[in-house]
Amino acid sequence: MLPLEPILNGSLNMIGYGLATLGPGLGVAWIFSSVISGTARQPEARGAMLSTAWIGFAVVEALAIIGIALAFVI
Amino acid sequence: MSAMIGLLIPLEGFPPGVQSFDSKPLFPELGPSWLWVNNHLVQAIIAAALVIGFWLWMARGQKVVPGKRQFLGALAYNLVRNSIARDILGHDYRKFLPYLLALFSFILVNNLFGEFFLFMFPTFSKIGFVWGLALCSWILYNGAGIYKYGLLTYLRKATLPEGVPVVLWPLIIPLEFLSNFIVRPVTLALRLFANLFAGHLVILVFVLGGTLLLQSGQLGLMAAGGMSLIFSFAIFALELFVGFLQAYIFTVLTAQYVSSAIAEEH
Repeated sequence: MLPLEPILNGSLNMIGYGLATLGPGLGVAWIFSSVISGTARQPEARGAMLSTAWIGFAVVEALAIIGIALAFVI
Repeated sequence: MSAMIGLLIPLEGFPPGVQSFDSKPLFPELGPSWLWVNNHLVQAIIAAALVIGFWLWMARGQKVVPGKRQFLGALAYNLVRNSIARDILGHDYRKFLPYLLALFSFILVNNLFGEFFLFMFPTFSKIGFVWGLALCSWILYNGAGIYKYGLLTYLRKATLPEGVPVVLWPLIIPLEFLSNFIVRPVTLALRLFANLFAGHLVILVFVLGGTLLLQSGQLGLMAAGGMSLIFSFAIFALELFVGFLQAYIFTVLTAQYVSSAIAEEH
């Protein structure tokens, strides 16, 4: 018989973290979808849009990153 | 010698967890003062040697009409030079290019070690290595800002955006300080760490779980184990992509932070 029981142990923190990734996931998707449609409208502005987008991406993803840190720590 | 065999078969132990990321001392027979020479430190040093060797080899004997070797080197160099350094840092990007190139290639090689036999472990899923990298980037972007503006002007520029009314200063200054000097390096490090840690854990679950199911001796479970091993190829491919992407993002964000530290006021 396989030792399947230990696999089912776990922490509710991870489920909470899974829920918490929804927000940053949507946010990052929204940022880059805007960059893509902006590039389609005006290809030469791609560099300027991307450099702003990277900052926004870092800020939005910081939420997900703080979430994973807290999910492990708490 | 047992340590060398442990190096060659790093995938052991089920269920995989945080303990799967423990370092193994390479020379346990030398006593406790040599315990710091572990497999992950050695693999980081090998990666550094590979990166230095690669770029020295690519930079040697440049010709006007490039051969295959020089073409490959220029291709890799231009990726960082044009699409990261020049696009983000603008006209004075040359000063920062060596650091960005070294950073990108070092992270990339270390991430690819996660899918490379003999190592099978991305170095940066140990968080200590990542703190070191983030500290380097933190010192670089703050140092660049202080070098350009002086300490006090740089602190004012970094913590106080232009056009903020005086009423909001007590709110904005601590927030910007927290964001620029604490959250930036911490998220830079944790982003790289968390992606590689989670990715390696998923690989361990697929490969170790698949192996365990294959050894179970029951037909249905063995079929599931075979499927799991086949799907692990897809996960390995995903991890190749994630490793490249994280190296790229780390370098882009470092360049971005340097660029915001030395930005002129408009």
